[in-house]
Amino acid sequence: MKSLEELKALKAKMQKEIGIRDDDKANIKIIVGMGTCGIAAGARPVVIAFTEEIAKHGLTDVAVEQMGCKGDCANEPIVDVYFGNEKKATYIKMTPDRAVRVVNEHIVGGAVVTEFVGDDK
Amino acid sequence: MYRSHVLVCGGTGCTSSGSAKVIETLEAEIVKNGLSEEVKVIRTGCFGLCAVGPIMIVYPEGCFYSQVKAEDVPEIVTEHLLKGRPVKHLLYKETVEEDDKIKSLNHTDFYRKQRRVALRNCGVIDPENIEEYIAYNGYEALAKCLTEYTPAQVIDVIKASGLRGRGGAGFPTGMKWAFAAQNQADQKYVCCNADEGDPGAFMDRSVLEGDPHCVLEAMAIAGYAIGASQGYIYVRAEYPIAVGRLEVAIKQAREYGLLGKNILGSGFDFDVEIRLGAGAFVCGEETALMTSIEGKRGEPRPRPPFPAVKGLFGKPTILNNVETYANIAQIILNGPEWFSSMGTEKSKGTKVFALGGKINNTGLVEVPMGTTLREIIEEIGGGIPGGKKFKAAQTGGPSGGCIPAEHLDVPIDYDNLIAIGSMMGSGGLIVMDEDNCMVDIAKFFLEFTVDESCGKCTPCRVGIKRLYEMLDKITRGQGTMEDIDKMEELCYYIKENALCGLGQTAPNPVLSTLRYFRDEYIAHVKDKTCPAHVCKHLLSFSIEADKCKGCTACARKCPVGAISGAVKTAHTIDQTKCIKCGACIETCKFGAIIKK
Repeated sequence: MKSLEELKALKAKMQKEIGIRDDDKANIKIIVGMGTCGIAAGARPVVIAFTEEIAKHGLTDVAVEQMGCKGDCANEPIVDVYFGNEKKATYIKMTPDRAVRVVNEHIVGGAVVTEFVGDDK
Repeated sequence: MYRSHVLVCGGTGCTSSGSAKVIETLEAEIVKNGLSEEVKVIRTGCFGLCAVGPIMIVYPEGCFYSQVKAEDVPEIVTEHLLKGRPVKHLLYKETVEEDDKIKSLNHTDFYRKQRRVALRNCGVIDPENIEEYIAYNGYEALAKCLTEYTPAQVIDVIKASGLRGRGGAGFPTGMKWAFAAQNQADQKYVCCNADEGDPGAFMDRSVLEGDPHCVLEAMAIAGYAIGASQGYIYVRAEYPIAVGRLEVAIKQAREYGLLGKNILGSGFDFDVEIRLGAGAFVCGEETALMTSIEGKRGEPRPRPPFPAVKGLFGKPTILNNVETYANIAQIILNGPEWFSSMGTEKSKGTKVFALGGKINNTGLVEVPMGTTLREIIEEIGGGIPGGKKFKAAQTGGPSGGCIPAEHLDVPIDYDNLIAIGSMMGSGGLIVMDEDNCMVDIAKFFLEFTVDESCGKCTPCRVGIKRLYEMLDKITRGQGTMEDIDKMEELCYYIKENALCGLGQTAPNPVLSTLRYFRDEYIAHVKDKTCPAHVCKHLLSFSIEADKCKGCTACARKCPVGAISGAVKTAHTIDQTKCIKCGACIETCKFGAIIKK
């Protein structure tokens, strides 16, 4: 490393990776159903897609968490999105591609992606 | 990109309670469950709450698992990491609320009142990965100094912050640097005192284990400020984990061009080497430490000349403690006003204390200066186990003194502690309850200093030994009131005449216990009793005949055959044979044996 700019670039890159450890800072939560049903329906690639897309945007106040089965196994993978303590949307039958759209349109763009929203909300 | 980070404490405390095995099992279970691409395991430094180690934190949820055993790991992996269901029965119990919600660690009693500056990265980053340190603003302070400040401006910032040496004496750090900067020489040195010798203190070890780069960065800043190109860290060989991580850190810093020639293209050169100490207490004294780095026998020498004029290898040198260095980068980044907004009028910033002794939450705590002992002991420390009564807190190790209950509400800072007969020292804080004998405590510390005295000056070599002998005589019930007076006189004599800090402060444990607990000394001398039932020679064990059922349990347990009696009749203890080990009391189910 030969300059201040290089140091700053490395810091910016690393901050994306470690932002996950600041649990007090995360205002937006994306909670993915990871019960046996969720995993069987493909929740793991969804979680990874969310994590990667958020890192791509450099969002530091978003946390991707998991939850157990909530009884609606037929619609798994289910994803709840919270802004603060307020539930904004419940997305159903998620896929990695849908996850990318949710990050871009809802988390970044602020508009709920209505076509993926389930009946319960 | 990992979706979850699992941080496991790899500090000395948690390592000795088995965290290495936990990490090994964790890594194996993660592979077994096919999660290696999703979950990252990070071995960190000390979290501070050593009492409930090994400690594990799972992010992004921030779930805090305590006393994790290797057997618990498969459940955590399959339930929490795989299925997202935190294993509530393994979580630190204070983080699980009544309605089953999980609260963040920062909202528990232990952490809520703390303000972490020196320990900010301990338990947060992987100490063996320089990039994680950089992510938390690492080396940015050094870069700021090299690009925006002149050396004189760096010293002005440190001066304005009001930072004082955290090693014990509390000398203003900025002034120390200014003295060394003024003296012209072809070579100057920056030294770090990591020879943490006070029994019970382990904050320097934790900083080195948890955040070694913060010390390297601060030493480079100090080098820039005073015009030095070489640094030495004097660390004790008994700290193998700290030494190992420092070696890794120095290697990485050199690879990234943050130590060595022409740092960040500024033209400034600085490098650091480690020197291992063999564990002599006196080598924590600055002149002895430098003599030891030079490869000579670690003995102190008279001052002046002070190290800022003639230090290591006869060149101008600054020597600061690990915790002092741990504050430097934060002061540069956040400004001196930020730092001086914490603390009291004459003691700024925060102080780390190593809580030990009769306290529920043993571990490391960092609080703003001016916090009271009561807050540290009762709120953060969780009080004294077993509902026992607080008697005294010992601060400053063998150089400090005991603070009685009447001073629990004194705001702790350098000057207040000296006024009440103790000192900050490096920050060891040992809590004592009604079962501790204060004469015995004074004797314990004197035994330590007798052992560690280097022998160069007579007041320390002979004087402390005589003090110890008089204390020993008193604990045997052979002391006289005259001994107490003579002891006090000798204490002042040693304080005034010893060569170095070790000797000058060695009588403090005696003086402070005499000041606050003189009645205990008098009880030992006049009544020949030890009020706390500790001093063996003044104890006697006896069996109350009406409570004794004649079960013979005690007689079978007694290692010297001092107890006799027939089955189902009251037993008796032969006082001439009894060695006062107390094994009989622990055995008796009927409370028939009493200690007086």
